[in-house]
Amino acid sequence: MAVQETPVSRRLKSVRHIIIVCSGKGGVGKSSVSVQLALSLHASSPTARVGILDVDLTGPSVPRMLGLDGHGVHQSSDGWVPVYADARADGEPRLACMSVGFLLKKKGDSVVWRGPKKNAMIRQFLSDVRWGELDYLVVDTPPGTSDEHLSLIEHLAPVQSRLSAVIVTTPQAVALLDAMKCLSFTRAVALPVLGLIENMSGYVCPCCGEISNVFSTGGGAEMARREGVPFLGSMPIDTDLVTLLDAAESTDQGATDGQQDEVSEVRSFGVLQRYQKTSSAKLISALVEKLISTLPSVEHVLMNSSA
Amino acid sequence: MLAVQQPTLAPDPLSVPSNAPEHCPVSLNQVRHIPDPPNDFDWQGTESELAGKADACNGCANQEICASNTPKGPDPALPFIHERMSTVKHKILVLSGKGGVGKSTFTAQLGWAFAANEQLQTGVMDVDICGPSIPTIFGVAAEQVHSSSSGWSPVYVQDNLGVMSVGFMLSSSRDAVMWRGPKKNGLIAQFLKDVDWGDLDYLVIDTPPGTSDEHLSVVQYLKESGIDGAVLVTTPQEVSLQDVRREIDFCRKVGIRVLGLVENMSGFVCPGCKTESQIFKPSTGGAERLAKETGIQLLGKVPLDPRIGKSADYGVSFLDEYPDSPASHAYLDIIDKIKCVLGGNSAQ
Repeated sequence: MAVQETPVSRRLKSVRHIIIVCSGKGGVGKSSVSVQLALSLHASSPTARVGILDVDLTGPSVPRMLGLDGHGVHQSSDGWVPVYADARADGEPRLACMSVGFLLKKKGDSVVWRGPKKNAMIRQFLSDVRWGELDYLVVDTPPGTSDEHLSLIEHLAPVQSRLSAVIVTTPQAVALLDAMKCLSFTRAVALPVLGLIENMSGYVCPCCGEISNVFSTGGGAEMARREGVPFLGSMPIDTDLVTLLDAAESTDQGATDGQQDEVSEVRSFGVLQRYQKTSSAKLISALVEKLISTLPSVEHVLMNSSA
Repeated sequence: MLAVQQPTLAPDPLSVPSNAPEHCPVSLNQVRHIPDPPNDFDWQGTESELAGKADACNGCANQEICASNTPKGPDPALPFIHERMSTVKHKILVLSGKGGVGKSTFTAQLGWAFAANEQLQTGVMDVDICGPSIPTIFGVAAEQVHSSSSGWSPVYVQDNLGVMSVGFMLSSSRDAVMWRGPKKNGLIAQFLKDVDWGDLDYLVIDTPPGTSDEHLSVVQYLKESGIDGAVLVTTPQEVSLQDVRREIDFCRKVGIRVLGLVENMSGFVCPGCKTESQIFKPSTGGAERLAKETGIQLLGKVPLDPRIGKSADYGVSFLDEYPDSPASHAYLDIIDKIKCVLGGNSAQ
């Protein structure tokens, strides 16, 4: 397959690894895992540059989770400037974020688009955003295996040697069924899978410490074993994390009108620090180490096979 | 069996012409001002008459899409759908902008609760084409759809409860349905026109997350026959409420009445010490505040109960298995309210 030069491949030339986070089912924690991966990759090395792209066009959650609600995207001569989550940190910003949420006038606005418009938007996200040099680009996807996913794979085809996927699931059978469909999808489009993450596996009662398996447990590991996919780990339900990503203490109104940029920027830097205090952060950083070590091998194999 | 569409069908992404006209779908000004949807749902391409026909559009990957924006006649399936749906008394949509909040679970409980009355005929239609959960939740995942002279027969969970889902048509539950919009629309039209629903008192429609093809299609196809309203399901966190706000906006835009909000996964009672804790904290006031802000009725809150998920996995009715649990009471209370709202409708 001859690799064609496209605006997307030109733009993503300076991106070393592209990790697509997907899951057949909704609400299993794709966005939360994507955000955690991005934060963790950002923290994995003092120079790591990370981008996070939210292609969930009709339900963008990443801005809220990074505390970037209400920010807008600016245009430069070299394309759209992503929103930097660590804009107020010391040194140069290393965590870039792009989402359709930044393009909406009001956060309650619905994006009622059929496929072709979504396709055009995704292409624009991939070709027009000035990411700059990136070590990792984490792509958060909507649930399902439809327009967004097909468009993403299609537009990223020229850079396929740098693509890989992480599948997120919750332990109950209903979610595993959809995760299986997602896995079939990655196989159909020859997307290497770095591994499976089981999210929401168990909840520790804050009162008595008893672990309840709210959505059952162990299903993810079992599925990974059966399908021969690496199992990256299970993440219990972490209420601190839920609260943090929901930006509980932020003044909601401030973020809504989009005027108080300063307030939210100061707070968004806090997200990184406060995230590292949660128990999930430790789990994810172990998981990210695993991920980083498998990344080159997966991509190397692919380069060889396509050569 | 359904064929799986290869992801390479659409044209390769080509460059945006430097002199792209303002109506080009890939030029920035299009995207920054997301327009309101026109009433006829003719969404493809842009509004301009020149779309796809201007010189600068030559060679654009989206030219065909833009050029096909010529006003089309009504969908030929519409009269058939109208005829088929004329024997359905109430049509209810279960919506939520966010995934995994319990749409399918709620749909199933609603279906079971309606069907508990033997006099009532209930149908459940699953338009979540990429992730059909309804067959598993109803415990009929292994069933197949049969066709007869009067159309496809739904799968019957019990005598008065018929279910239709794309899950019944896959050769293996592992298969991914990799379809773009038009194919999904085609199947939804078929579900409404070719399924032999018979006389139904209630048709409950489970939808995928988001506000996209499936939603537009269902609304468009059922507009003439009339949709009684939509039940919006949410969880208490702001991340979910944000998406539900978008869904409310969608309902307003397309003119669907919102019957009410259901807050799912609201509080968790530890089976060990019986203390209630909030797994998904209502950091911005939860559905209660959203209901107040938008003037939509809050139908009720369903607590998180691990047995609900388990019942769904085993395909049994949670309401029948654990009739005394707080979650069952909450469900029944909500369902009574929905019946009440709908009852007012049918009295006319």
